[in-house]
Amino acid sequence: MRRVVPIGPYHPLQEEPEFFKLIVEGEKVVDLEINIGYNHRGHEFVSPTLTWDQVPFLVERICGICSDSHPYAYVLAVEDCAHITAPPRAQYIRTIIGELERIHSHYLWLGLAGHFIGYNTVWMWVWRYREPLLELFELIMGNRNHYAVNKIGGARRDILPEDYPRIEKYLDLLEEKNAMFTKAILDDPVIRARLEGVGILSKEDAVAYAVTGPTARGSDFAIDVRKDDPFDAYDKVDWNMIVFPEGDVLAKAKVRLLECDESVKIVRQCLKNMPDGPIETRVDEIPPGEGIGHYEAPRGEVFHYVRSDGSNKPVRHKVRAPSFMNIASNVVAVKGYSIADAALVLAAVDPCYCCTERTTVYENGKKKYSGQDLLTLSLKKTEEIRRRYKK
Amino acid sequence: MMKKEYSKKVLEEITSKFPQVTVKIHGPRRTYLRAPREIVYDFAEYLFKEKEFRLSIATGIDTRDGVEIIYHFTHDAAGTYYNIKTLIPKDDLKIKSLATFLPAANWIEREIHELLGVDFTGHPNLIPLLTAETWPADLHPLRRDYQDEHKELKFKKKT
Repeated sequence: MRRVVPIGPYHPLQEEPEFFKLIVEGEKVVDLEINIGYNHRGHEFVSPTLTWDQVPFLVERICGICSDSHPYAYVLAVEDCAHITAPPRAQYIRTIIGELERIHSHYLWLGLAGHFIGYNTVWMWVWRYREPLLELFELIMGNRNHYAVNKIGGARRDILPEDYPRIEKYLDLLEEKNAMFTKAILDDPVIRARLEGVGILSKEDAVAYAVTGPTARGSDFAIDVRKDDPFDAYDKVDWNMIVFPEGDVLAKAKVRLLECDESVKIVRQCLKNMPDGPIETRVDEIPPGEGIGHYEAPRGEVFHYVRSDGSNKPVRHKVRAPSFMNIASNVVAVKGYSIADAALVLAAVDPCYCCTERTTVYENGKKKYSGQDLLTLSLKKTEEIRRRYKK
Repeated sequence: MMKKEYSKKVLEEITSKFPQVTVKIHGPRRTYLRAPREIVYDFAEYLFKEKEFRLSIATGIDTRDGVEIIYHFTHDAAGTYYNIKTLIPKDDLKIKSLATFLPAANWIEREIHELLGVDFTGHPNLIPLLTAETWPADLHPLRRDYQDEHKELKFKKKT
């Protein structure tokens, strides 16, 4: 007998307005329907009413966690359209901020994933070491989030040389702690049992659904904008692309954990080789034409397309966030797993969860599962595995 | 340098297979291809299945001559963007859907359908993606002739 388990319209565990309709047979998920659009703010409609320099502030507010990636991609698109190159120092500054942001975004996901499978220690530890990074951002950019560092033809703010030691100090701390997390999380038999072989996205499906970011790299689909189409300082630093072939939730977690180490490597090299000079070029006007900018955000490829008619505003501005592609792939990733796993699988692409309270199942007017029940189901499964390992 | 030569070779293969396509090279890794509406389906299928291109997204633009759709394909091995442009006349807003063989095109075709009113024939499930359930089906917000109360308010204030 088929039943429907709705998750949403407000996304469980994180402030993401999406609606998942799980169609279940007993405990097993047999199909999934996804509804989005609950928070459609019309950025593509508003953007052509703003001037070229105002748009970065608009697109920065698309995402609160990766607030650097949208303006970054937009700025790259306009620079591509007008054939502008940012001065070297600005390129390095933008790269540093982008990579630091990747660390804090991955840590946010890791903490929430830990909380969701019932490992609150992981959650608290990970977020404890995310906090100094936000303070660091406040020091160098003036804000914990929304750094507004990207500007057409350069960077808006300089990183002062006296702040370098502070950044280095944080990187040292992070490197040590990240090694600890990697070891603690990957060596834990219970976490392994909970994440391994769950929510497998095969490479064929990853290619067909055109997923990006850690979701793709966890499924042996080796794409990374920073390697494939290097921009700014990315082709001047040495780093590795992390790829795992398994396609399950554990592979995605491993990609994110090890990517933090690569980000540390990139920031270190950028700080060491940071050139002197101006941080912006003068941009008089954007000529008619079109430009494409894409940037590897923590969640995948952010894509911006702009078209100019020579005026002070874009004629058309297309925005594609990575989750637009990644969430659609849940349809194949979640099939065949239990409801207790479903919540985790849907979180694995990193629109992670926050408020399961919205989930309620009614059957013949009688309440069956609430959001809290779903969380309890997930915790119960972890407990069960934990008990089995203790024996 | 290797990547550059590779993408040049790929472009030659594409244009020899589909001679109707006109090429405009914008930058080292940005290529715009203009294709007539009739061949877009076969062209995209060839790019996806044989050349292993990835569909990044599609953009719909309301222009003077009709609705223009740009399919942004990327060739990750060479890091090059191939943008297939096609123009659909306003009196016959129809194009063959790519979602039949490419699931990645499913959502974006639904989006263009509701925002610009383009009909994707053969799409498995052409229902609105972003707009509310109560939104009228014949009102397309990204069309040039679209008017809403905010636009009018702005206009009134100025006069």
